[in-house]
Amino acid sequence: MSDPEVPSGAIASDAAALPGGTTAGDRVAALAGELASAAAERGPATYMEVCGTHTMAISRFGLRELFPEAIRLVSGPGCPVCVTATGDLDVAVALARQPQVTLVTFGDLVRVPASRSTLADERAAGADVRVVYSAADAVELAARLPEREVVFVGIGFETTAPTVAAAVLTARDRGLPNFSLLSLHKTMPGALRALLDAEEMAITGFLLPGHVSVITGSDCYRFVAEEYGVGGVVAGFEAEDVLEALLMLARQRTPAIEIGYRRAVHPEGNLVAQRLMAEVFEPCDASWRGLGTIPGSGLRLAPAFRSYAAEERLPVETGETVEPAGCACGTVLRGALDPVDCPLFASRCTPASPVGPCMVSSEGSCAARYRYRDVEGLEAEL
Amino acid sequence: MNGRILLGHGSGGRLYRDLVRDVFVAAFANPVLERLDDAAALATSGRVAFTTDAHVVQPLRFPGGDIGRLAVAGTVNDLATAGARPLALSAAFVIEEGFELSELEAVCASMAATAREADVAIVTGDTKVVERGAADGLFITTTGVGEIVVEHEIAAGAVRDGDVVLLSGTVGDHALAVVAARDEFHFTVPVESDCAPLWGLVAAALEAGGEEVRFVRDPTRGGLATVLAELAETAGVGLEVEEEAIPVSAPVRSACALLGYDPLTLANEGKMVFAVGPGRAEAVLGALRGRPEGARAARIGVVTAAHPGRVALRTAFGTRRVLDMPVGELLPRIC
Repeated sequence: MSDPEVPSGAIASDAAALPGGTTAGDRVAALAGELASAAAERGPATYMEVCGTHTMAISRFGLRELFPEAIRLVSGPGCPVCVTATGDLDVAVALARQPQVTLVTFGDLVRVPASRSTLADERAAGADVRVVYSAADAVELAARLPEREVVFVGIGFETTAPTVAAAVLTARDRGLPNFSLLSLHKTMPGALRALLDAEEMAITGFLLPGHVSVITGSDCYRFVAEEYGVGGVVAGFEAEDVLEALLMLARQRTPAIEIGYRRAVHPEGNLVAQRLMAEVFEPCDASWRGLGTIPGSGLRLAPAFRSYAAEERLPVETGETVEPAGCACGTVLRGALDPVDCPLFASRCTPASPVGPCMVSSEGSCAARYRYRDVEGLEAEL
Repeated sequence: MNGRILLGHGSGGRLYRDLVRDVFVAAFANPVLERLDDAAALATSGRVAFTTDAHVVQPLRFPGGDIGRLAVAGTVNDLATAGARPLALSAAFVIEEGFELSELEAVCASMAATAREADVAIVTGDTKVVERGAADGLFITTTGVGEIVVEHEIAAGAVRDGDVVLLSGTVGDHALAVVAARDEFHFTVPVESDCAPLWGLVAAALEAGGEEVRFVRDPTRGGLATVLAELAETAGVGLEVEEEAIPVSAPVRSACALLGYDPLTLANEGKMVFAVGPGRAEAVLGALRGRPEGARAARIGVVTAAHPGRVALRTAFGTRRVLDMPVGELLPRIC
């Protein structure tokens, strides 16, 4: 950190720090040129990014402007808040309404409409709903509030699940009887299989999630190439990373799973984190918004930790699940509808007044497209 | 002074009088306040600016400032955006029963020091004490009156095609300093709040730019993104902003990358955005850089007739995206 002033656009990364005086901007321009020729040689292709952080990065860096016309990039089910099913949110709302419960979760989830309200509405009506930055904070809260039932709503993929597993172990080791977990965690490979089985989209290749793959490695995606003949490249989160991964995809002649984010991802992943997850969780069927129930794609607490499962400690009744009227988030999450083509986009559904989760979460493809609508599109609109 | 604030301190009786004399008058010492009249008499000439601001920051102290400094600087800066030299401030305190008297004195000392720095006096005020639990320690509302020193109107409506957008320094420092002080992230960020009274800086800009200084605004809650988006919307102009030109300190940049924040949406308490006619932009930039609080001032963009109502941000990669205001609660109480 020797430079006192750095442009906000250039987030520090090992990819950006290049010798020989080339800037990230130069490298990006060069990669965009290479991508254009590779795409022209290859012909039209549809790629899907399955990580909300990629969705954000692409919008934030305005990368769509640099994609050649032959390449179509669609967003998939990579935003943890967005893929959380309405029925599961209803359980969280019902738990928050229990007078003895302090419900704890990550930020964006509190604004997502469940069937009849949001967690933010419940908080305004008197429920004790708190936002934390890590599951460990929820365990701390349970220690500080022994008279309360502290329920942590765990969402996210393989990236967050190990930290939540560690929090459960901490709660056990500290003997905290008032901590429990509503595990809505999901795993990515099952979602990819469901997307490919649905055959709704002709996907040429996947931009595979960087953070998830730090934990899982890339071997767990081999079935994508081997069984479905679809390629994949694990990508990092800088502008260069995304373009480089797309370039690798465009140059694939035989579908394969490759790693573009080599500085962080290894084929076998992080074995310590994987062991932690395997100790605390076991696979279960999970309900995904837009994809329905996918066998084995969820994580619930393993038998030895079932006493920490919120659904067992505090069983609640929820009413009928009601999906928001007209909301196409499910189709958007399958990549089958471009957010801007949703009839509600930017009319009835905006970040300030969201109808569905993809417009709530900062990682949601609708919010990303809304926030960073391209200037040319706006000029045409005016 | 030892002890704690009691409900009786808000009763209007002897305890109240002692508190006013021993804490507020002692700290803010000035002849107008010392009269302890219900209203302060001020002499003004010409147009006045008038503004008010409530401060509820948690924690009350953070690296680079505290609620007292914030309360004075915030109101002085709001006056400055109208081209007004601060004449006088009022301060209203809502104090939770049980609040430490020594802490109140420390806050008042900080207010007094900031007021001296801004060359303004706190001439009147009020105090209420509420039951424990009915407030979070201390809330301060300051109101300010200022004398407008320019003839022309400083307003978004005056901004026109070709004007240059200047920013007085790095963005995001205040919000991250406060959030880091809350210790919710379990890591430290070596960032200090930029909280400072900026009348001197604005006066220097007005002297260098005269009538060409058309718009002045402090990018507090909602950050630079909100000020620019509001300017474009209100003035019905487009803005072309260079992301690379916006100064962001290395620690703020790193923390934002880690937390997923956009520094352009984070609050500042010691920065100003100016829109200046092209003929005087360099002179104003020089004047800003000539002062310590504007040492890192930068030219960040221009006003354009294209895409009225929208801000186009050009990224480091030559791509463009629309810069819009953030939505909803991004951060806990930061001002």
